[in-house]
Parts: sequence; structure tokens; C-alpha cells
Amino acid sequence: MSESHVSPASSYVAMAERFASVVPHVAAMGIEVVTASIAKATLKLPWQAKLVGNHDEGFLHGGAITTLIDSASGLAVFLALEKPPSIATLDLRINYLRPPSQREAVIAEAECYRLTRNIAFVRAFAHHGDLEKPIANSSSTFMLGSPGRPLARGREGDAS
Amino acid sequence: MSRPSTIIEEAWRANDPNRIFQATPYARFLGISIDVVDDAYVCHLAFRDEHIGNPLLPALHGGVTGALLESAAIFHLVWDLNSTSIPTTINMSIDYLRPGRPVDTYASGVVTKQGRRVSNVRVEAWQGARDKPIAAAHGHFLLVSDADA
Repeated sequence: MSESHVSPASSYVAMAERFASVVPHVAAMGIEVVTASIAKATLKLPWQAKLVGNHDEGFLHGGAITTLIDSASGLAVFLALEKPPSIATLDLRINYLRPPSQREAVIAEAECYRLTRNIAFVRAFAHHGDLEKPIANSSSTFMLGSPGRPLARGREGDAS
Repeated sequence: MSRPSTIIEEAWRANDPNRIFQATPYARFLGISIDVVDDAYVCHLAFRDEHIGNPLLPALHGGVTGALLESAAIFHLVWDLNSTSIPTTINMSIDYLRPGRPVDTYASGVVTKQGRRVSNVRVEAWQGARDKPIAAAHGHFLLVSDADA
């Protein structure tokens, strides 16, 4: 991340709030912004009956947790860039570390820890409020600039 | 852990895999059902505007595609292996190959390796042409309860 990319803390939160409201599926899932800062995003998925995978047990479906993690990870990439381009997930690996608790919100914390001209690398954890007891973790990569559109001007120093 | 499911038992008795998806709230929320294509079962995600993750292109949210792939993997583990239990997802690795356009998406897969405790499943999702998948994934699933393992 370059030194020039430092904005007031409130602008990151404002950007995250905008992301949560303009992405249709994030809005449909009821995903909320908890915190946002440079290259980091924390989102919350409130427990909802419609997102349950097995109605006998009330656990959230793994797909809902994947969506929360993918959203937080993509947002972390946006928050790492001075002028965010369109981005696309290249791959996402998710480990389900323990079953989610019944009827509890899930929080996903994502960090974009490496940015090159074309690619962003992100790690994320999902938990119920205690990062020491994660329910899932993930490693993902994103392409900067969408297919058919010019790629954003790269960050200095990296070529990939 | 894998868990016995009365829903799956009922689906088997009726020989109707769609009952599994109809009884799963999240599958109903997304709009996933089962189609028969060339004598094989295929998972079908009916497009809805609320599936969009990139409104500029527009393109499907990666999480929606991931959820379809995970649902398809679990479905094949249950139906192809004549199981009445729901396996537990250990992990999924999803490769996004093309943007998901705002149209219906299909997914199908194979159980690559069936172990005593763990299975490996490969799944692909496509839209127009099946030989141009929009995403491919492989995952590991636990077939026994952690208490038994």
C-alpha cells in the first residue's frame, strides 16, 4: 500500500456502507458493515431463518458463509486501492473449522495483505464474535479490472 | 459430522430429489432446484436480480456461484451414493473461470474419491454451453460424525 493512500477513517466506513448498499446480493442477504479501514473489512451476517441449510438444526448454510466471506474479501480489496476498479474473484478456498452456532450472527474479517498490478491476495476469518474461535477461514485472490474492461493502473513496483 | 436426515429419507421414498431443495430454506432463498438433463440430475439456479454481485457488468455474486457448487457437491454425495445422511463440508476450493452472466446457471459433479470417512467431490457450474464452465470447484466432505471418527 502506498503512503499516499491514507484517507480519514470515516471515508473507509462510508465506502464500505456504499458497497453494502449498491451490491444487490449483499443487500438481499442483509449483510451489515461492522468496521472498515485501509485494506481491511469486517462484515456481519445476521442469523435469518431463510439462510438455514438444514431446518432441523437451524445452522446457516455453508453457502451463506461463503457469500459473507467473499463479500468481506472483495471489500478489503476495494479498501486497499486508491481508485478501486471493478474486481473479480479468481479463486476462493474456504475451510469450515467448526459448525456455526444456531441462531447467531456471523462476523467475517478480511484483510487484503498483498496487492500487485493485476492481482490482490486476501485472507479472512469468520466467527461469532471471538476471533479465537473461528468457524471458517479463507484464502482468496481477486483480479483487478473486469474482463473486457481496461485494467486499472497498477500500483508501483509490482508486475504480475 | 454427517447427520441423518428425515428430509432425505422422504426424498428417497418419493424418488424425488427436489424434495431436498424444497425443504432447505437457503436453497429456496437462492432458487435452487433439480432438473433432469440427458438422464442425469443437474442443479439449477434460476436467475434473480438479487443474485448480482457486480451491478456494473452485471455479474453474479461469487458467493452465489459458490453456494450453488457446494449444494451440487452435497447433492451428488447424497444421491449418487444412496445416502440418507447430510455430509459435512470440510473445505471447498472454488475457481472462477468466467463472469457469471445474469441468466440461469447449472451445476453438476462427480464423487472423485469415496473414502470411508472423507469424500472428494468435483463440481462445475455453467450457463449456456456446458463446455464453457463459469466456475469449477473441488471439496472434501466428512461422511461420519466427529464422535465416531
